[in-house]
Amino acid sequence: MKAFTQHEGVALPLDAINMDTDQILPARFLRKRRLDPEYHTYLFHDLRFSSNGEELQGFPLNKPEYRGATIIVGNTNFGGGSSREAAAFALDAYGIRCVIAPNFGDIFFGNCLKNGILPVVLSKKETDILRRQLQEMPGCRLAVDLQEQTVTAPDGSVSRFEINSFEKRNLMLGLSQIGLTLEHAETIDAFERGYKDKMQWL
Amino acid sequence: MTAETIFDKIWKEHEVLVDQNSGEALLYVDRLLLTDSSSFHAFDLLEKEGRSVRRPDQVFGVPDHFSPSTSRKLAGISDPDRRARIEDLERNCSRWGIHHFGIEDQRMGITHVVGPEQGITLPGTIVLCGDSHTSTHGALGALAFGIGGHSGHVLATQCLWQKPLRQMRVTVTGQRSDMVTAKDIVLSIISRIGAGGAFGHLIEYSGEAIRALSVEERLTVCNMSIEAGGRAGIIAPDEVTFEYLSGRPFAPKGAQWDAAVEYWKSLPSDPAAEFDREISLDAGDIEPMVSWGNTAEETLPISGAIPDPADIEDDDRRESMSRALEYMGLTPGTRLSDISVDQVFIGSCTNGRLEDLRAAAKVVMGRKAVVPALVTPGSNLVRAAAEAEGLDRVFTEAGFTWGEAGCSMCVAMNGDVVEPGKRCASTSNRNFVGRQGAGSRTHLMSPVMAAAAAIKGRFVDVRDLVANMEGKQ
Repeated sequence: MKAFTQHEGVALPLDAINMDTDQILPARFLRKRRLDPEYHTYLFHDLRFSSNGEELQGFPLNKPEYRGATIIVGNTNFGGGSSREAAAFALDAYGIRCVIAPNFGDIFFGNCLKNGILPVVLSKKETDILRRQLQEMPGCRLAVDLQEQTVTAPDGSVSRFEINSFEKRNLMLGLSQIGLTLEHAETIDAFERGYKDKMQWL
Repeated sequence: MTAETIFDKIWKEHEVLVDQNSGEALLYVDRLLLTDSSSFHAFDLLEKEGRSVRRPDQVFGVPDHFSPSTSRKLAGISDPDRRARIEDLERNCSRWGIHHFGIEDQRMGITHVVGPEQGITLPGTIVLCGDSHTSTHGALGALAFGIGGHSGHVLATQCLWQKPLRQMRVTVTGQRSDMVTAKDIVLSIISRIGAGGAFGHLIEYSGEAIRALSVEERLTVCNMSIEAGGRAGIIAPDEVTFEYLSGRPFAPKGAQWDAAVEYWKSLPSDPAAEFDREISLDAGDIEPMVSWGNTAEETLPISGAIPDPADIEDDDRRESMSRALEYMGLTPGTRLSDISVDQVFIGSCTNGRLEDLRAAAKVVMGRKAVVPALVTPGSNLVRAAAEAEGLDRVFTEAGFTWGEAGCSMCVAMNGDVVEPGKRCASTSNRNFVGRQGAGSRTHLMSPVMAAAAAIKGRFVDVRDLVANMEGKQ
């Protein structure tokens, strides 16, 4: 997994609430393997492109200033709906390293962490202000520091965010969670023996 | 001893260890379900990291998302990607010795229909699957939720890291009236608490109106917990649950069954148990529901009319409602019963079970659909049982297409799509933008309401339709 320590980059403001994973990656692309070189084009596909493949100018990612953004500042209920991990793959394929929103779909949040993308929860007010700044100065950058748990806005103001220490460590070191869990293999073995003894019908 | 909820009891029993820093617990997983839609990524990860599958006998693979509704033969799938994903699942299951119900297997169906049907889902167990509608299995008193990309971790360790969920109890009192279904109950709950109303929560459904539901109806309720933002839904097991499970292929037998039932009886939440949030509603107030927008929250009784964004104070919500109305091609003030539909879909893990098909068939019997309508049973066994009762003929004589089992048009990944701009009355679970195909307009409702829409070509209160039918006889 890609490690995340600090990141600075162009941030894309997305105002819509309930930006569900069907919007982030439409279901028809779920049949594609992650190695597909076109994967980055599937991100927000139906918001970015018309049915004949032309770029839709109304979608901010198609504006020259936001092109190649590596951070997204979204709104309430970002990544709700379908559990598709491929939504995180599409963000990763495009180069997104961090998504900031007032709250996230539970499963999407975990999928981001697992794929080296930092999901940051800031208050509704903080995200509203960030998006406004990004819209007033399209193409400006945000700085995200996982060690310090801070986001620095274009105007220099700093917001602090919370993240669970376990997830923070894994993300900072880019560790495979499977490897970490298997360090407890003996505990799991012992638990399993006791459990199966008790729940013999399983 | 402190009073515990069913969630507390199941959690405690599965806690392998707790990481003191983060508060996350490593939970032991009883059952992992795999689908063709995402499991290939999990196996890719195992391969990349050189891991193996720890407990293949506790893992079940079913190709439901890409299976065609037109055939039970792999060779019939023209799209190479879809066929390849179904073959990936078969190959990966075979390689690791995982149970696999392929598309020609009688036991194949939608994962969340198959688990309960086969007795794979049992009370008190932890059941996981990459798919978000894994919440369905909670109807049997299991702790079940979707885990997205964590299937690889569970395959390799048979465990999952998880923080305890917050708990919400939704109590449904009273009695529902005729033709008000489990779908209407859960849509009412979601329209009340909101699409994000249960964030981070497990929802325990209780109350006399929930107790009065069959297991199949309870599955419908728990299925849609995720549409309220909930992680999972659960209903405490009772005699109805035990009777449903008894004799199912993977359910315990003989003395093991007796021991299991004794344990299962200890699972319901203690009377004094406390919840983080409590909500209650009266089933007697619930009408047949129809969604109008792009979240399940945007749902109204069939007697309602499209709301006006101008009445909404919150900027984000007003903007979101305007966008939804534009996408859905609807105008404020239009009565739901004046909206015509282009097509109808009956099926999915929400409403693709035998009772759903029976109820819809009863409405359809002796009538004709005036718009294209597709019925896809939830499993090959549901399909066979429906055919044994003659339901297939009721549907086909009314002009419906009788399809093969699978997720089909609910998620539009197998080639069954709603064309851009077309309006579909659907018994599925999501009315998101583009859910049934790019530009598709989905309206969620119960099987009887969808059947009535097929016959009238517009949304109609199924109770009026049935009353008219009876009046004419």
